[in-house]
Amino acid sequence: MENMVNVFLFGKKYEVPDNLTIMRAMEYAGYQLIRGCGCRNGFCGACATIYRIKGDRELKACLACQTKVEDNMYIATLPFFPLVKQVYDMEKITPTQAVMMQLYPEIYACIGCNACTKSCTQELNVMQYIAYAQRGDFEKCAEESFDCVMCGVCSSRCPAGISHPQVAMLARRINGKYLAPKCGHLEERVKEIKDGTFTELIEALMNKPIDEMKELYNNREIEK
Amino acid sequence: MYSERFQKSLAAVEAAREKNIALEPERMTAKQKEDLLAAYHPDYNQDEFAILKVGPNSGEKVPTELAEILQAHSRISADSGDLNNPDYDVDVLVIGGGGAGASAAIEANEAGANVMIVTKLRIGDANTMMAEGGIQAADKANDSPAIHFVDAFGGGHFAAKRELLSKLVCDAPEAIQWLSDLGVEFDKDADGTMITTHGGGTSRKRMHAAKDYSGAEIMRTLRDEVLNREIPVVDFTAAIELILDEDGNAAGAVLMNMETKDLLVARAKTVIIATGGAGRMHYQGFPTSNHYGATADGLVLGYRVGAKLLYPETLQYHPTGAAYPEQIFGALVTEKVRSLGAKLVNVNGEVFMHPLETRDVAAASIIRECSTRENGVDTGSGQGVWLDTPMIEKIGGEGTIEKRIPAMMRMFLKYDIDIRKEPILVYPTLHYQNGGLDITPDGMTTNVKNLFVAGEAVGGIHGKNRLMGNSLLDIIVFGRNAGKNAAKSAKETTLNKLTLKHIDAFEKELEKAGIVTETVSPKLLPNYTKQNNI
Repeated sequence: MENMVNVFLFGKKYEVPDNLTIMRAMEYAGYQLIRGCGCRNGFCGACATIYRIKGDRELKACLACQTKVEDNMYIATLPFFPLVKQVYDMEKITPTQAVMMQLYPEIYACIGCNACTKSCTQELNVMQYIAYAQRGDFEKCAEESFDCVMCGVCSSRCPAGISHPQVAMLARRINGKYLAPKCGHLEERVKEIKDGTFTELIEALMNKPIDEMKELYNNREIEK
Repeated sequence: MYSERFQKSLAAVEAAREKNIALEPERMTAKQKEDLLAAYHPDYNQDEFAILKVGPNSGEKVPTELAEILQAHSRISADSGDLNNPDYDVDVLVIGGGGAGASAAIEANEAGANVMIVTKLRIGDANTMMAEGGIQAADKANDSPAIHFVDAFGGGHFAAKRELLSKLVCDAPEAIQWLSDLGVEFDKDADGTMITTHGGGTSRKRMHAAKDYSGAEIMRTLRDEVLNREIPVVDFTAAIELILDEDGNAAGAVLMNMETKDLLVARAKTVIIATGGAGRMHYQGFPTSNHYGATADGLVLGYRVGAKLLYPETLQYHPTGAAYPEQIFGALVTEKVRSLGAKLVNVNGEVFMHPLETRDVAAASIIRECSTRENGVDTGSGQGVWLDTPMIEKIGGEGTIEKRIPAMMRMFLKYDIDIRKEPILVYPTLHYQNGGLDITPDGMTTNVKNLFVAGEAVGGIHGKNRLMGNSLLDIIVFGRNAGKNAAKSAKETTLNKLTLKHIDAFEKELEKAGIVTETVSPKLLPNYTKQNNI
């Protein structure tokens, strides 16, 4: 027997089984979702949701696909939030603090209220990664923000109007492209392929009879 | 924390852990694998397939649910819309906003084409975003594209189109380089050496990763690049019918605003189908690891204008979908968990297979364990086997799980299961559409000119089973390839008059074949409202 709880979807009351996620509860109530539903697995950030438990002062944020319903939960989804995404050319950008000042100057208006961190659906230390971005420490900003799903809840709570996920996106791309160590074996292999080092080997496989391919596959050496 | 019902089996798993870590299970012989698949793999369950009666693949079998939408009515009639006054007029129309579509759009833009993306959800709402484990490329000294080729060809049951597979493996290192240059953060050592692991069926450690957010990291970077290039992205708008010109070449699509249901016309000199997979069709009633929009739209669009399918009867059931708790039933537990050392263990604490067999073999083996062998764990809502994650911490040292598979840790911690200390329950989940539209190495369909396909909607690259890490690779390699070639073809193309007369022709075929149906397609989204809960 299912235990039922009362939830309030955009203020309207529905009775739903208590083992459902918020997303499944909405569907159970009859919503055919178009917005606010993407991967249903906690990776895409489409289903940012804010809620308050009746009688509780604190406003909480979560991903609807990752959070179980509770009794007397007042739920509002946030399927879109107008983040500011600056346009830039990765080839022309320089990995310096000046880039942040130029593209996202509002990060320096952070008042340290920590509302971003408190609201993060991934439990990231958002204010900390913004602090790293302010200092131009892109590597640390990238590391601290890595699990961000860009749902935008942090930005919805920010009195300084910062678009945290976009700041972090820029930091990660700068780190990945300019700061992380270059991979020697990768560059070498790309060159070898261009030079035709493997052309003959591959061509030999293109016309080999299936029986010989099976032989090759079934007896291949497997790295430990 | 697991409830009382699991404790006895958990104790057996824990008691055997040290011994199981030391154990090197034997790999199955070719014959053993064949017999196992025939008896237990869902692709071999003949009752779940139907023979197509119309279209280019008439006489061939496909999953029953796919047959229904392939042999369905169009959502519109042939006289819909004003084809001569299109709402959008571009060189290259990309249908789908996942990794393949984004890669294609970037390359088409780079080549100077006027390109546009149309997607029924948002850009990035795609299986790419959910790929956790990694991306293959033979870029280390003990490896080569030829070894990669043999692994993939054998893993796909020797059925891949070799000219496609050779492109996949030979372009792989450059694909990684391209992503790196865009700023994708791959896991590397301090000297820049890529940290690579095995996947099921690989003979070299060539799985590159970005923790267990590999696909998400790639997708968000590609999306950012699309936006930086100011490529138009028309979101919450589905392509519901392709448009041909009087010469029978692809020439655009009829679009539908998902919210207002308004119809729009996009004219294009070339069209790229990058619509992804079909997990949300729930073939054979399986749960799925796929995103919300994975409903085989591209196959339907292509089939109705006469494009051929290849291997549409082969699906991939990922061996390790979450079997418990039920809130995440079917969600992906990345293969990387096994790459890092976790083994599959039955209710009695016994390791019953090598953890890195290919996916089809592993899935069939788990189904066998849970059915005829009766060694599954009863989860309360189904069956599962243990995936002994604490082994990872013992093998790789404390902290390995948090560093290498943080998404997995997070997913289970939400339900009070600490995978560093407790194993998890898994069962196969519908994961990947091995088959799809048949293409030539330039990315164009074999029989409809100027219709290109990239990503999961393509058939033949992987044969009849795909290895882990070859899909993220394929969306990049064949996405870029389709973008470049579609841009090139667009330059050489002058469109004739646009037409939807193929809709009438298809209707006549349905009638002639005696198919009576009320189904319209593409399906676009699954329906999980109360009456249709899965």
